[in-house]
Amino acid sequence: MFSRDRWLEIFETIKKNKLRTFLSGFTVALGILIFVVLFGFGNGLKNTFEKFFKDDALNTIWLNPSRTSKPYMGYEANRRIEFDNDDMLDIQKRFDFYIEGMTPRISFSSDVGYKLESNNYSIRGVGPSHQKNEMTIIMKGRYINGLDVDNKERNIVIGRLVEQDLFKGENSIGKFISGGGRSWKIVGVFQDDGGDREERIIYAPYTTVQSIRKNTDKVDQIIISYKPEIGYAGAVAFEKQLKKYMKQKKFIDPTDPRGIFIRSASSDMQENDQFASVLQYIISFVGIGTLLAGIIGISNIMVFVVKERTKELGIRKAIGATPKSIVGMILHEAIFITTISGYVGLLTGVVFLNYIGDKLEEEYFITNPGIDLSTGVTATIILIAFGAFAGYLPAKRAAQIKPIEALRDE
Amino acid sequence: MIKIKDLHKSYKMGSNSLHVLKGINFNVEEGELVAIMGSSGSGKSTLLNILGMLDLLDSGSYELDGVPIRDLDETKAANYRNKFLGFVFQSFNLINYKTALENVTLPLYYQGLKRKDREQIALNYLDDVGLKEWATHLPSELSGGQKQRVAIARAMASKPKVLLADEPTGALDSKTSHEVMALIQDINKSGKTILIVTHEEDIAKMCTRIVRLKDGIIVEDKKNKMVKAN
Repeated sequence: MFSRDRWLEIFETIKKNKLRTFLSGFTVALGILIFVVLFGFGNGLKNTFEKFFKDDALNTIWLNPSRTSKPYMGYEANRRIEFDNDDMLDIQKRFDFYIEGMTPRISFSSDVGYKLESNNYSIRGVGPSHQKNEMTIIMKGRYINGLDVDNKERNIVIGRLVEQDLFKGENSIGKFISGGGRSWKIVGVFQDDGGDREERIIYAPYTTVQSIRKNTDKVDQIIISYKPEIGYAGAVAFEKQLKKYMKQKKFIDPTDPRGIFIRSASSDMQENDQFASVLQYIISFVGIGTLLAGIIGISNIMVFVVKERTKELGIRKAIGATPKSIVGMILHEAIFITTISGYVGLLTGVVFLNYIGDKLEEEYFITNPGIDLSTGVTATIILIAFGAFAGYLPAKRAAQIKPIEALRDE
Repeated sequence: MIKIKDLHKSYKMGSNSLHVLKGINFNVEEGELVAIMGSSGSGKSTLLNILGMLDLLDSGSYELDGVPIRDLDETKAANYRNKFLGFVFQSFNLINYKTALENVTLPLYYQGLKRKDREQIALNYLDDVGLKEWATHLPSELSGGQKQRVAIARAMASKPKVLLADEPTGALDSKTSHEVMALIQDINKSGKTILIVTHEEDIAKMCTRIVRLKDGIIVEDKKNKMVKAN
């Protein structure tokens, strides 16, 4: 099977039948190329999707108050639940084991101005650990720290686009801007992968925000990040206990679906994973379809090739070729051509995907399209196997035809 | 060299069966140059195909150089063909994408000879048929007579016991026919057993024995005083 003579014989045949070689090679290369590119684009879509939804840290739980829907312990339904600073302290005390960091969020929007420029921005009163929850990246300066919170400093951190809008390229660190009737000192500028909207936000210490807004200790939202070590099961347990504890604390009927909403990245992740897997199914479907088309293509060509060679095979048999050597020759040739061209297709596809890189990200939501090498190789092997199989059947039949019949068609 | 006894062969054509050979008894000695003659449909080509193991017999016996030829599967037939027989066809049947030399080396490839040996032997045979200079040419670049001579060289290359020629001059003009026949006579003179199927009287006259078939039986089998082809 692997004698040098056989190889030479095959090289000669390939060299002297360029059109035939090109046709079968081209079919395989094209099949693999399209497969790799489509599959890669599919993966790119998935990457974009993941990037969109994984902007926020995964080990995060959001606690949102709302109105109750059931009466409980003497309280009427439709009571408004509110969180305050003490709630945070209690949670910290009660669940210290689970908690990595905690921050409230108080959101409002206000006109903010610097010199002649002015704009409406949303301002968030937060604590230091908020940076981690939102995966905020500091470009210059620093984020809100514990001292800011403790001393109710009027220090703020602004988004990249806020600086761009108001300062027009001027360095904003240390400058003062006006907002909500006060003046604020800029201590940091951040960027965020979550998009433009996320970069038009201003962060301030929550204590400062509380003091200038009617001097309350109320907070809109509590954001907790739990220790990643507790794992998915631990997170689910923590979430459950936390919900129960808070409902008890706020006198909410345990069966009331409203009152407190808990949203966690881990439950979001489940939904996202479901969507991602649907996307994966679509990608796989497209891939399998392409591969199938490739298989049909190479099968057709193999049938045609063997048909075209019937007479030659008859001659070979008349001068002493055994059926085994005939089948072996055809398969050997087919596998050789499909392997080489499959590799070429694979390589072209990968190079193409690399070249595309992030060029399609903005308009077509394809981020970093790529393909597992193992997927590509498997697809190539499948195509080779089917090409060989498709060649085997007609080759076997041709090898069984009596040479006299093969030679007859003049 | 060849011993055939009571050979029958019929072909199934749908529901009818066509009885082509109806009891052939026929021996060929070593070194004979036999012409098998007959009009079309007489069964002469069928006989040659059975002799060449390109086709199977229905009943009777066939012995080639003392070896009984029976229970042929394709692999066995291929080995026997390669070892015992050389073929020359009316339509030459050269592989069109291989050069003259490569065509001649092919039976040696299936005999498992080394590449160098194959080429050396093939070149000698091409020289014998006077086409050494044409070794690297493709069949499409050769004339009909040249093609047939390449085919003869190919048939001879495997040193067969018997050379079987099916209308070897059927596609050639009479001058080229005579050249090819002269070559065949030369090969015969060196002791090779040769069978030629033909329907041309003047070709048959160039053989040492003429066997006439009609409707599947031998109607005449006589020695012939060989006419030299040139």
